Amino acid sequence: MSIHPVARLLAQRIALGLVLLFAASILIFAGTQILPGDVAQSILGQSATPQALANLRAQLGLDQPAMTRYLAWAGGVLHGDLGKALTNGQDIATAMSQRLGNTLFLAGAAAVIAVPLALILGLVSVRYRGRWPDRVISAVTLSTVSVPEFLLGYLAMFFFAVQYRVFPSVSTVYDSMGFFEKLHAIGLPVMVLVLVVLGHMMRMTRAAILNVMQSAYVETAELKGLRPFTIIARHALPNAVAPVVNVIMLNMAYLVVGVVVVEVVFVYPGMGQYLVDHVAKRDVPVVQACGLVFAAVYIGLNMLADLVAILANPRLRHPR
Amino acid sequence: MSRIPLSALIGLILTAAYFLAAVFASLIAPYGMAEIAGGVWEPMSATHWLGTDSIGRDLLSRMIYGGQVTIFVATAATLVAFTTGALLGFIAAVSGGWVDQVLSRLVDLFMSIPALILALVILSVMPVTLPVLIAVMGLIESTRVFRLARAVAVDIAVMDYVEAARLRGEGLGWVIFREILPNALSPLVAEAGLRFIFMVLFISTLSFLGLGVQPPLADWGGIVKENKDGIVYGVPAALIPAVAIATLAISVNLVADWILNRTTSLKGGRG
Amino acid sequence: MTDLLEIRDLKIEATSYPPGEPPREVTLVEGVSLKLPKGRVMGLIGESGAGKSTIGLSTLAYGRGGVRITGGRVVLNGQDILTLAPGALRKLRGKTVTYVAQSAAASFNPAKKLIDQVIETTLAAGVPKPQARARAVELFRKLSLPAPETIGERFPHQVSGGQLQRVMTAMALCPKPELVIFDEPTTALDVTTQIDVLAAIKAAIRDEGVAALYITHDLAVVAQIADEIMVLRHGKMVELGDTGQIITAPREGYTRDLVSVRQIEHPEKPQAAEPVLTIAGISARYGRSGPQVLSDVSAVLPQGQTLAVVGESGSGKSTLARVITGLLPPGDGTITFAGRTLSPAMAGRSRDDLRELQMIYQMADTAMNPRQTVATIIGRPLEFYFGLKGAEKQARVTALLEEIELGPKFADRYPAELSGGQKQRVCIARALAAKPRLIICDEVTSALDPLVADGILKLLMDLQRDEGVAYLFITHDIATVRAIADRIMVMHRGKVVRSGPKAEVLAPPFDAYTDLLLASVPEMRQGWLEQVVQGRRMAAGGE
Repeated sequence: MSIHPVARLLAQRIALGLVLLFAASILIFAGTQILPGDVAQSILGQSATPQALANLRAQLGLDQPAMTRYLAWAGGVLHGDLGKALTNGQDIATAMSQRLGNTLFLAGAAAVIAVPLALILGLVSVRYRGRWPDRVISAVTLSTVSVPEFLLGYLAMFFFAVQYRVFPSVSTVYDSMGFFEKLHAIGLPVMVLVLVVLGHMMRMTRAAILNVMQSAYVETAELKGLRPFTIIARHALPNAVAPVVNVIMLNMAYLVVGVVVVEVVFVYPGMGQYLVDHVAKRDVPVVQACGLVFAAVYIGLNMLADLVAILANPRLRHPR
Repeated sequence: MSRIPLSALIGLILTAAYFLAAVFASLIAPYGMAEIAGGVWEPMSATHWLGTDSIGRDLLSRMIYGGQVTIFVATAATLVAFTTGALLGFIAAVSGGWVDQVLSRLVDLFMSIPALILALVILSVMPVTLPVLIAVMGLIESTRVFRLARAVAVDIAVMDYVEAARLRGEGLGWVIFREILPNALSPLVAEAGLRFIFMVLFISTLSFLGLGVQPPLADWGGIVKENKDGIVYGVPAALIPAVAIATLAISVNLVADWILNRTTSLKGGRG
Repeated sequence: MTDLLEIRDLKIEATSYPPGEPPREVTLVEGVSLKLPKGRVMGLIGESGAGKSTIGLSTLAYGRGGVRITGGRVVLNGQDILTLAPGALRKLRGKTVTYVAQSAAASFNPAKKLIDQVIETTLAAGVPKPQARARAVELFRKLSLPAPETIGERFPHQVSGGQLQRVMTAMALCPKPELVIFDEPTTALDVTTQIDVLAAIKAAIRDEGVAALYITHDLAVVAQIADEIMVLRHGKMVELGDTGQIITAPREGYTRDLVSVRQIEHPEKPQAAEPVLTIAGISARYGRSGPQVLSDVSAVLPQGQTLAVVGESGSGKSTLARVITGLLPPGDGTITFAGRTLSPAMAGRSRDDLRELQMIYQMADTAMNPRQTVATIIGRPLEFYFGLKGAEKQARVTALLEEIELGPKFADRYPAELSGGQKQRVCIARALAAKPRLIICDEVTSALDPLVADGILKLLMDLQRDEGVAYLFITHDIATVRAIADRIMVMHRGKVVRSGPKAEVLAPPFDAYTDLLLASVPEMRQGWLEQVVQGRRMAAGGE
């Protein structure tokens, strides 16, 4: 019976991810169902009639025990049934799939630009450590980290949509649009999302690479008289992969959150907009479903980061 | 001690200015919070330094009162996050064993859902009042404080001087307050700054989404929301509160950065 | 005779960043000159901060961190390498001059196979891969590495520390350099491993006919390997001479101190005294299912005497200290202290039990709270155990500071403002403040420079004479044991292999492990290494 330790660790990590997702689903369910106060009351407001309250309670299944309700909900989710929206009775899974696609398109476009850019800026800043390019990059990223997403959004809108009219101020997309039309429509939100994650990603990339560059084995490589390019490609990069991938995945998670605000700013028909609208309408089933999807993406990205770290670790890949 | 660097000085002055404006809001605001004092979206002028808002209220006055709400909520939520997070973190670190396991796994769970999403989920069924906002934000953020406090305390708890104190027969109180706390304070203070920034951004974002501070009260995020439609017509009113949020955040960041640098350069400060 | 390397009037500076003060320039090395002919080995010796590593790296025109070579010349084969362009310097590094670092474990790229790292520069010089590999295997064999054909296929974490250090030596020798810099290559190793590595390095150097600079703080080690020795202190040369002259007839006072270090004479006390500590049948493990760290350990320590516990890393000697203090309750066995049976766990012990059993740690840096002054650190046990307050406490603190030869002006200082030796003295004072009957000393001198360590040992002996305190002295250093012990206990892999009065333990006939341990301690005479290696070979042949 010999399972490679890496395989075992990977399996463990995936199992942990699933357990975490399961626990998160309980947390989300509990957060919307078992809180102090009456959900039906807070949905309908203080002036609701007792009859309306009773009807809503029955509709939400509040007359049944929490355990039963959770099992029914979770069972449905496993079969792809996310329930129906309270407000308009629409099937949530159907309504969501289109929006999820839109959100992934937006986040993906932002990632395609932000990741290489952050890596390049991180490398530049390591290369010129302590000199002016590093300082400028540091100062700019320090400010983008402190700026709320909606400020970046409205600044971009104010200048690029209103003053110069390069991009539309509202990012409407629909199915019949061509790929490049869509890209043009989401120009501004992508720009904002890139700025939002760039700061974090670049700072962490810089720290990760610096850490490797200051290690004793890079000094050894230098004392071997290897060329700077060889040192970076052969000795620094293989060891920097895991931390850098980790940084990227963590920031993809930032992207997941940033997308909520940016979609609202640019009235983009995605998951974030959908969630915020239904929180305001207190449409609990939709909120639960959206929360679960966001949590799943977030947990998945974190898990991916850990899996890469395990795979990239030579101590684990080649056990004693 | 050493001189304060320019960036930290600017940060300190701006931070102090914002806090003072918040405390003395009713003394310095030229108009009332809800007072309609002019036309819709008037530009900046001598009577309305920052212009007027979407229904003709003086924007400067609303900014000052809004700052009061933003800073109050952020400060209160930071306090909640810190007392709960740091206390539980220290307890977990010093007791170890199953207490540590239970608390740490619970925090892992809370951190497996993005903070904003978790807040939205909870706020969808809670009445959105200031105490609820402060409690929800504070508790969600306390998980981040817990991680830091626990990590710092665990690092210190394995030091030989802590072992020496325990071997001497010292009680838990002495160990936590005389041996661990003085050495954990600096990183925690710097973290408090960063958490405060996060709270400012957090409450502003919630209010901007319409799920934070509710009218008739307004905070900076809410003022952005009220005036966002002006952007399309070239009215920059929504940018002003957004800039205020950013400058406050950057100022506090500069101060926190300075504190953090000062502590890490202190040789022997923490190893 | 042409010199391979000539260093003339070298000056090296760096920028230091003291906390709360503006950065300032410090001189690390000044006015150092040396000449090294082809094929000769020169030892550079000195305490930490003597500038020996900095000088070693200057022969590669390299400075760590903010270190800059600001004056003098480093001439290699007639060429001043400090003036070379980066391209020409790269041709020199790793080919003409190579480097062996103290920590091979950190110096190998963890993501690459050993063989690829060993032959990297040889390949870059244009040697075809099969030849380069053959050369590496030949060197592995020369350095007596196990399985020389295949060891290169492993990754750094898959071989032991001593083997890795030899692989690094092979890496340095592979491109057939003219000069190799050895920077404390055996310092991080256990003494019984050190001797193998030392013998392998020495044989390889001779065989390859390469010149070397051998940097170490241990005069006895360098005496085995160097033709000439340069003694350094505070970045300046103290003395330069043939190895024989330096160790038998040193000219300078500082060199004489280094040679005579650890020659404290301590006659063994008679056994008669009452035992202060008796441990019987102690077994212990970490966690419920962890490996057994101690098995059936017993010992007796008479009042006012010193029991030295000797062993290498992994012998369980530090675990024994944790068991005696009650931090790690043993699975089995009893501890009798001052006539009472101690509760296995700390929580069950009385305040007097705790007071009379004090501990001093290896790293004085981490043994004192950096936020407390010396007065607080020493004063706390006085307050805690004896309820001393105000002037009374202050007077006692002053008396203790006098006792450890520091004086009252140290009372208001923070640990960061003390030197390594001063810190350890404050820790001793803190232990003494409790008026203990027994102090456990866990490697208290191994982080200190030899002369400072000697001072601490002398202080401990004086205190024992005046206060009658007993020591359980944990160490890996046989020289320290010879200097201070009354009784000795040798530990190996959690078991006691030998114990008794000093004279008895250190006299033949030996058991196998004690023999190996004692024979591995470098002696300060030339030819010792050959003699030991020869002796082992004969013993192996006779079996």
